[in-house]
Amino acid sequence: MAEPCAIIGVGQTAYRTRRPDASMAGLLREAARRALDDAGLTWKDIDAVVIGKAPDLFEGVTMPEAYLADALGAAGKPIMRVHTAGSVGGSTAIVAAGLVQSGVHDRVLTVAWEKQSESNATWALTVNTPFTTSLVVGAGGYFAPHIRAYMRRSGAPDHIGTLVAVKDRENALKNQYAHLKIPGISREMVESTPMLWEPIRYLETCPSSDGACAMVLASSDAARSAPNPPAWVHGTAMRSEPIFFAGRDTVNPRGGIDCAADVYRQAGITDPRAELDCAEVYVPFSWYEPMWLENLGFCGEGEGWKLTESGATALDGDIPWNPSGGVLSSNPIGASGMIRFAEAALQVRGMAGEHQVDGARRALGHAYGGGAQFFAMWIVGSDRP
Amino acid sequence: MRSDVNHVLEFPGGYTRSVGPVIGRFLSELRDGRLVGVRTAGGRVLVPPAEYDPDTGEDVTDEFVPVGPAGTVTTWSWVADPRPTHPLDRPFAWALIRLDGADTALLHVLDVGDHAEPPRFLKTGMRVRAKFRDDRVGGIRDIECFRPEVTSITDPSRLEYRLQGGRALDRFLSGIAEGRIIGHRCDVCGQVIVPMKGLCPRDGVPTSEEVELPHTGTVTTFAVNNLPDPRAPEVPFVSAYVLLDGAGLTMLALVAGLPADQVRMGMRVRAAWRPREEWTKSMSNIKWFEPIDEPDVPFDEIKDYL
Ligand SMILES: [Zn+2]
Repeated sequence: MAEPCAIIGVGQTAYRTRRPDASMAGLLREAARRALDDAGLTWKDIDAVVIGKAPDLFEGVTMPEAYLADALGAAGKPIMRVHTAGSVGGSTAIVAAGLVQSGVHDRVLTVAWEKQSESNATWALTVNTPFTTSLVVGAGGYFAPHIRAYMRRSGAPDHIGTLVAVKDRENALKNQYAHLKIPGISREMVESTPMLWEPIRYLETCPSSDGACAMVLASSDAARSAPNPPAWVHGTAMRSEPIFFAGRDTVNPRGGIDCAADVYRQAGITDPRAELDCAEVYVPFSWYEPMWLENLGFCGEGEGWKLTESGATALDGDIPWNPSGGVLSSNPIGASGMIRFAEAALQVRGMAGEHQVDGARRALGHAYGGGAQFFAMWIVGSDRP
Repeated sequence: MRSDVNHVLEFPGGYTRSVGPVIGRFLSELRDGRLVGVRTAGGRVLVPPAEYDPDTGEDVTDEFVPVGPAGTVTTWSWVADPRPTHPLDRPFAWALIRLDGADTALLHVLDVGDHAEPPRFLKTGMRVRAKFRDDRVGGIRDIECFRPEVTSITDPSRLEYRLQGGRALDRFLSGIAEGRIIGHRCDVCGQVIVPMKGLCPRDGVPTSEEVELPHTGTVTTFAVNNLPDPRAPEVPFVSAYVLLDGAGLTMLALVAGLPADQVRMGMRVRAAWRPREEWTKSMSNIKWFEPIDEPDVPFDEIKDYL
C-alpha cells in the first residue's frame, strides 16, 4: 500500500501572452518560490525535483532538466523530466507524487511550464518526416473534426460550445492568475467571433500563454509542520493509446475511460458527479467539456451536453467544472495539466480565493494530450486517506 | 518643401565656451566613459549638472554622484523625417531620459532601430542604456545615442538528419509512386491498415498480408479551416478523415472540388492524382479527394470509424 502524499504548497505565475520580464529559469523560480512559501520551506528542504513541459521543439530548449537543475535548487539532488505532450503537467505531478507514495522522498518539488511567446506551437506540432503528408492545421485543425463527430453522434445543439466558452471566462474573472479576462463575456460576443476551424470559433479556443505552476508534495511526517492545510492524494492514474488504429474511438477514447475508472476505484468513488465537489478538467476547446463529461463518467454517453446546458458545471452548479477558468482562460501548454491538478488541490485546501467552491472536500484534476491519447488524473481530498 | 539655402553665416573655427567646474567635471567623466550628476543642497541629483539648484538658486554641493548608464524614458517625441543636421539619418526619437540615480532627465537621441513609425515598445517608462563612442572628446555627443535595454535574444536553430522511412512505409510509397494504394491486413483483427506500418497498433502483432485498396472512400468527419496552410493556400479549405473502401481506419486528407460549406459527413469521394509525370515516391501524388456522384453513406455505417 502506498504511503500518503500531501500537497502542502502551490505556486503559480500570472498567465500572460508574454512575460518578457522573466527568463525561462526566472519564470519557473517565480512559481517554485511561491509554492515553497506556501509550504513554509526553502530550496534546501527539497529532496528531489520533477519537471515537465511540452515537446522540446516548442521553445527549442532540449534537455531542460539539465539546463534548469541549478535554477531549481537541484544541485546534488535527483531531478527528472516527464514528457507526455499536453498531459505532461498532470503526469509530472503523478510522477512526483509517486516519489512520496513509494516512501523514497519526504518533500518533492514539481514544476511545469511553457513560454509560448518564445515558441511556435503550430509549427512544432506539425514537423513531419518527408515520407508523410501533413496539413499545418495545428491543434484546432486536429480536434475540430472530432468535435463535429461528437455533435453529430450526440445530437447536441450548436450553442453548447458557446455556453462553456462563456462560463469558463466568467470564472476566470474571479481568478487572479488567469490570462483571458473578458468583462461582460456573453454568448453574443462568442458567437460574433470568426470560425477558425469550423465548428470551432475563435473564442471557443484556448489562448497561448507564458506561465509556470509548481507544487510541493510531502509525506505525512513532512506535512505535519506545513503552515497551511494540506490536500491529500486519494488516487492517481495514467493511460495512453496509439493515435491511429482500427476501431479507435477518438470522440470518447478508451484511454480516458479506463484512466477515470482506475482513479475512481483508488478513491472509492462510484458516482463522480455526486461524490466529487468540483473538477478541473483539460478543456482547450469548449466542446471538450461535454465530451469529457461523458468520457469521465459524470453522465451517460450522449448526455454531456445536457449537463452543460443545465448549468450543472457552472460555479454555482452541483458539480462545478473549471472554477479557475480552465485551459480556455490560461494555456501555458506544458503547465496546463499541472494547473488543473494544483487548482483541484487549492479547492480542497479551501485556498482557491474568489473562485472557491464552498466546502469542497474532494476534487478531480485531469489532463490529456497528443491526439487525445495521453491521460493523467488525480483525485485529491481534504481528508487524509 | 525646403528651399535651397542662398546665404551661409559660419563663425570661423566655432565659438569656444568655458564650461566651469561643474559641467567640466561632467564632460571630463563623459570622456572617460562615465556618467555623473551633482547633488544639490536639498539632496537631489541633477543630470546634466548645473552650478546651481534650478529650484532654489542656491549653489550645488561639491558632491558628484555616479549615475546610469541605464535610465528610464520620461517622455519622447518621434522624428519621422530627420534633417541633415540630425544625429541619425533614419527615423528616431528625442527622449528625456532619467538616468538611474538621477532626479532630473537628460535630453538625448533614442535609437530604437529601423522603424518608419514609432514601434509599440517605444513608450514612457521604457528602459534604455547609453551607447558611448569609442573616440570621446569630452562633449555630450560622447554618448552616441541611447538604446533599449536587451530584453531578448534570437537563437537560430537547425538540425540536419538522414532519415529512412522503414520497410513498410517504403513499400507503401513505392505503391503510391505507381499510382497504387496498399495496406496490410492484420491476422488478428482482420482490419486493413493503410498506410501500413508493418504492425497492428491495436493487437501489437506484425502484419505482412498486402491488400490493394480502391481510390474511393467516404468522408467520416472534417473541419473547415479558415487559417491558411502552405499546402492549401486558399481559405477556407477542408481537412477530412477519409475511410477508403475496405480500410479499417481513416486517413487525414484535403477535400476539394466543391464549396467548403457543401462537404458532408458520409460524402463519397475519390482520390485526385496529380498528372503521372509529376509522380514521386510521396503522398503528395494525391492532390486531394473530390466528390463522386454516389449517394451519401448513412451515419450508422460510419459512426464506428470516428
Ligand atoms: Zn489487429
